[in-house]
Amino acid sequence: MELDFGPAVRDFRDELRDWLADHLVGEFAAHRGVGGPTDGAAWEVRLAWDRELARGHWLGVSWPREYGGRGLGLLEEIVFEYEYARANAPYRATGNALDLLGPLLLKMGAEEQKKRFLPPVLAVEELWGQGFSEPGAGSDLASVRTRAERDGEAWVVSGQKVWTSFGVHADWLYVLARTDPDSARHRGLTMLLLPTDQPGVEIRPIRNLAGQDEFAEVFLSDARTGADMVVGEAGQGWRTAMAALGIERGATLLPQQLTFEREAEALLDLARERGALDDPMLRRRIIDAWISVRIMRTTNLRTLAELTAGRTPGAQATTAKLYASTRHQQLGHLAQELAGPAGQIVGEDYGLDTRQRSFLLSLAETIYGGSSEIQRTIIGEQVLGLPKEPRP
Amino acid sequence: MDLTFSQEQDELRKVVRSFLAKHSDEAAVRRLAADTRGHDPVVWRRMAGEIGLQGLAVPEEYGGSGSSYADLGIVFEEAGRALLCGPYFATVALAAEALLRCDDEQARCDLLPGIASGETIATLALTEDSGRWDEPGIRLAAHDTPGGWRLTGAKTYVPDGHLADLLLVAARTPTGVSLFVVDADAHGLTRTPLPTLDQTRKQARLEFGGTPARLLGAQGAAWPALERTLATASVLLAAEQVGAAAAALEAAADYARIRVQYGRPIGSFQGIKHKCADMLVEIESARSAVYAGLWALDGRDDAEIGLAAALAQAFCSEAFTRVAGDTIQVHGGIGFTWEHPAHLYLKRAKSSEVLLGTPSYHRELLAARLGI
Ligand SMILES: Cc1cc2nc3c(=O)[nH]c(=O)nc-3n(C[C@H](O)[C@H](O)[C@H](O)COP(=O)(O)OP(=O)(O)OC[C@H]3O[C@@H](n4cnc5c(N)ncnc54)[C@H](O)[C@@H]3O)c2cc1C
Repeated sequence: MELDFGPAVRDFRDELRDWLADHLVGEFAAHRGVGGPTDGAAWEVRLAWDRELARGHWLGVSWPREYGGRGLGLLEEIVFEYEYARANAPYRATGNALDLLGPLLLKMGAEEQKKRFLPPVLAVEELWGQGFSEPGAGSDLASVRTRAERDGEAWVVSGQKVWTSFGVHADWLYVLARTDPDSARHRGLTMLLLPTDQPGVEIRPIRNLAGQDEFAEVFLSDARTGADMVVGEAGQGWRTAMAALGIERGATLLPQQLTFEREAEALLDLARERGALDDPMLRRRIIDAWISVRIMRTTNLRTLAELTAGRTPGAQATTAKLYASTRHQQLGHLAQELAGPAGQIVGEDYGLDTRQRSFLLSLAETIYGGSSEIQRTIIGEQVLGLPKEPRP
Repeated sequence: MDLTFSQEQDELRKVVRSFLAKHSDEAAVRRLAADTRGHDPVVWRRMAGEIGLQGLAVPEEYGGSGSSYADLGIVFEEAGRALLCGPYFATVALAAEALLRCDDEQARCDLLPGIASGETIATLALTEDSGRWDEPGIRLAAHDTPGGWRLTGAKTYVPDGHLADLLLVAARTPTGVSLFVVDADAHGLTRTPLPTLDQTRKQARLEFGGTPARLLGAQGAAWPALERTLATASVLLAAEQVGAAAAALEAAADYARIRVQYGRPIGSFQGIKHKCADMLVEIESARSAVYAGLWALDGRDDAEIGLAAALAQAFCSEAFTRVAGDTIQVHGGIGFTWEHPAHLYLKRAKSSEVLLGTPSYHRELLAARLGI
């Protein structure tokens, strides 16, 4: 994919290209393309790389200067993500804070919170985890049971969170908790910022199907945080959570897109190598995999074009995740099939190659961030205006 | 177009949509579908006179308004929504495009102004009994005689071939594929309308018995221009398919909101809701394929056009067919009747699927262009 964003951002682009050429070297260059939104591979190297980016002042391109950002626009942010992806730099370890918590605070945080939390995010000094899901509250997030009560100038939080991505590394969590014990469902919830370095917080890694200790379960027993650690309003946590989930991923989809494109190219190479293109059934699936990745590209570019033009993104912004996650999984299945018996052999300690890891991790893409079934319900109800299911 | 539309383009869409809502509503579509010729000359003239649709993308020096392919794509999307009947696709997507691509300035000056003004209906006669859209499929023979070129043989499945005043005919000469112009009233030409499964899109068989023809451009050198024409037409057909699919889904969703079974609207059942959601995913993905095609056409990057066009047909044909089938399913028994419009979309989907070659054919074109 070759894109030119015009003369206005050319200096910015050139500066970035030069910087990447100078800094994406050595150990960092050896980890080109490593990682993904829920991939814990080469964590330490990736974290070091994020710090390198921070020193170059490349994180938070569009965040205001007062919080440590560059104060530039969406276009520069897109250029940044695009050049970053072209250089195939390691997938950023701090994605959660940069793509979700940061934008959430910028949108709904109190001034003090922004001042306190955003600069360390950009300096990669504090890492964040998202504490929404619970054992009893997955798709049905409104049934969270974790409780928080006021005790003087503090909130005291007890309950259990689960599937927290990169939870074992988190210094802070943003937690959805029930602050009104008599409330039900969407009412009486509050979003709290909670430090993990305290006796009331215990974080245990959970091994995922790729053999990585990537996500975690979090046990909260009388964990404490300040009264001023509410994002948005107390009791209005559902709104805050929806704002977090509704953050337009726009530019941050570009690195994933380029990864998919590389995988599609690799699939063609593999198919050639294995002589799979002469098999009509495989041939069709291979071409379709390539088509899917091309379609994802245009879908992403449509949304970006609308965002930069100041338009509300169209329906494709809502359908994109369902399409991409489903098709990426199919691509992974096909790649594994083409790799044949050799693709079945793993390294020591269940060491996976890129293809194996990407395939296995793709199974999560239809689950997190709203499962495919939930996506279909959202599309049906919010885009097509179909009636809701009656509540039992 | 930058993959998003400008305000002028939104305006164009509105104008075309309201024109077609008036002149190509369901009653009009059914009337023309039932008619062998399937053409309303009054509407055709107004399309040209009032909103200039025939000449939209024809360059100004040939009497058109020189708009972009993105603009033309909007028109085709709207034409698809309205299941517009008549020779618009044949004239604009096939014939005008072939004239623009062939290497014959004189022919462009002679013929394009008539198309742009709405006076001339035109089409491209390419397929023969084999139904092939590729170069070896062109077998009709052209002979160079002292009195000029003569065609002998047959073309069939020609879109609106029975209506066209002007026929662009692909034929084989000793040096290869060449393009000819034949007048509708030329000597030795017999035109037979073919009854079609999709009555909203008419076809004809053309028989040539030593029919005089005018050679366009250099003899034997027409294939690259035709290939490009087919690529453009593929993208525009895909736009039509997306527009029609979107209209079908709207009908399905409308029905799912009001039809009550088991005491609740059927759209509240996941089986129906999720099916409708999947239809939208298909449509939005197909739309991306179309926009990438239009973008490539406006960017004039030949390699990209070839890829995007084949991709658009491979994907959008199947998307439309699936959406049209599911639309009938969502409607239940009523969707299976002649009276309900759902079958019009299904039949349009099936005819579109083969109009410029099947999805498998386009997958192979794509593969060849990708070098696999
Ligand atoms: C890799 C990974 C990383 C994650 N990271 C985080 C994180 O950092 N923070 C966090 O808070 N959470 C995280 N999650 C959790 C994720 O948000 C949940 O897994 C997701 O919301 C689904 O919830 P669940 O797992 O409880 O499944 P369930 O909700 O129990 O769903 C099980 C199945 O039932 C289906 N289903 C559920 N409800 C309906 C319905 N109404 N209609 C039809 N089908 C339905 C689902 O689609 C699914 O197929 C992560 C998950 C994964 C896999």
